[in-house]
Amino acid sequence: MENDISRYRNIAALVVVLGAQFLLLAYQVKGRQDVPVVRLWASSAFAPVARGVSALRENTIGVVEHYAGLASAQNDNVRLRSELDRLKLENQFLKNELRTASNAQALAMFLPTSPQRLLAARIIGASTTPGSRVLFLDRGARDGVRERMAVITPDGIAGRIGAVRPGGAQLILVTDLNFAAGVITERSRVQGVLKGQGHASVLVEYVQNEDKVAVGEMLFTSGDDVDFPKGLPVGEVKISRRGRGLFKEIFVEPAGLARGLDSVLIVLQGVPQELPAPSTATPESVKEAPLAVAAPGAPLPIDADKILQKYERISEANRHRMGAGPAPSFTLTAPAAPPPAPPAGAKP
Amino acid sequence: MTEFAGPLIGSSHRPRAWRFRSLLWIPIAIGSILFQVYTPQFISYLSFLEAPLLVTVHYALTRREPVHGLLAGCAIGLAQDAFSHNPIGLFGIAKTLAGYLAGNLSQRVNVDNFVIRFLAGFTFFFFHQFLYWALASALLAQKLAMDPVQTLVMSVLNALVAVPLFSALDKL
Repeated sequence: MENDISRYRNIAALVVVLGAQFLLLAYQVKGRQDVPVVRLWASSAFAPVARGVSALRENTIGVVEHYAGLASAQNDNVRLRSELDRLKLENQFLKNELRTASNAQALAMFLPTSPQRLLAARIIGASTTPGSRVLFLDRGARDGVRERMAVITPDGIAGRIGAVRPGGAQLILVTDLNFAAGVITERSRVQGVLKGQGHASVLVEYVQNEDKVAVGEMLFTSGDDVDFPKGLPVGEVKISRRGRGLFKEIFVEPAGLARGLDSVLIVLQGVPQELPAPSTATPESVKEAPLAVAAPGAPLPIDADKILQKYERISEANRHRMGAGPAPSFTLTAPAAPPPAPPAGAKP
Repeated sequence: MTEFAGPLIGSSHRPRAWRFRSLLWIPIAIGSILFQVYTPQFISYLSFLEAPLLVTVHYALTRREPVHGLLAGCAIGLAQDAFSHNPIGLFGIAKTLAGYLAGNLSQRVNVDNFVIRFLAGFTFFFFHQFLYWALASALLAQKLAMDPVQTLVMSVLNALVAVPLFSALDKL
């Protein structure tokens, strides 16, 4: 009896433990319900330690980094003072300061200029899941943070708030597999759905193959979803090509993640903004598009335009001014192209 | 009850040093999860390291008990799941199986050998990654990328870290 128990004890324990976890998974997936107790426990245990480590790092390595940066700025200052006049020196110094400003400083500059009601948050950890792009923020429900709030940087959208705990919250980045948001293109005002792919670039779905979306074109939030107010920068189109089915394949580089993330801004109360006027630069894909027969910036000819051009040629052949007098005979065809000129020196 | 009470409650008769080492595993496990969550934020090239898995495998190998291995794997995996936004259980299942198999392996071969430890680190990492990918794809319909070459390289790197890490953990 004892031998039987010891023989099957291991495999029985494995079956029980695995079965319990499969049931837990099924409960969450089927009922679309979370197990907040486990997450709350883990988050509560983790957040104080993470905050402590973060503070320790900022007060040690951070101080050294700042000191090194300050020393470098002073050297630059001395060198420039000998080379440039006072005005140029001041200008250069400000440019250097701006270039070397940390993300937190950039956020501090951006905060008062934005019409949104924003809350600055610091990143204190990352998710453990491969392929997922989830970070942990040091702001939570106590600070007024709620689920699905938009998270941005001065350069563009960074993601959306996931689970919220009293002292922290999850940030689901735009590159995460579970991220989606409505977007609109800058020039052609084509709307689509931005979806994370688990890597650096994100995909825009549901843009029809017939729609024109150019490489280099900026995307903005469309405001269709309730999370992101309209008009926030999303990123630049890097690839735009015909898809296999009805929709194009458009890949975008998220602008909000371009400079890395140390700190972010949570949009507590979003204000829709007007989209900027389309830029006049000719995008690359317009140059290479096979159907782009019209002048840059002009609308492409459709069938009705071609018919209109045909009738204009017929009217010109009949010496008829369109819209005046009786209708001409439209059964006439347009005059044939003139024969090529004979070569020079040829006899008639 | 008396027939199998011995193996079940035997731990209460363990020496004090043994119990202290058992308790030491709790901060080690928590530390490995914190390492996984926190370190890649600042040292991104360390993100290849699956510290919770290595701790699970080492625990299972040194205990030489599949049940201990699977319970440790389950606990560490579930805690790791809590820091992801996926449903809880994916890491739990993957690490439970890894811990169980490591415990079984330890009963059959001499796991103090460096080569065996390297091979164990390599195999269990690859198995863990594949299992996670398979579970996420099959149960959650997630489109996770699984690059075999990259996973093999990461397996080698984890195995290289596993050998000195296991030696260090042996000394605790």
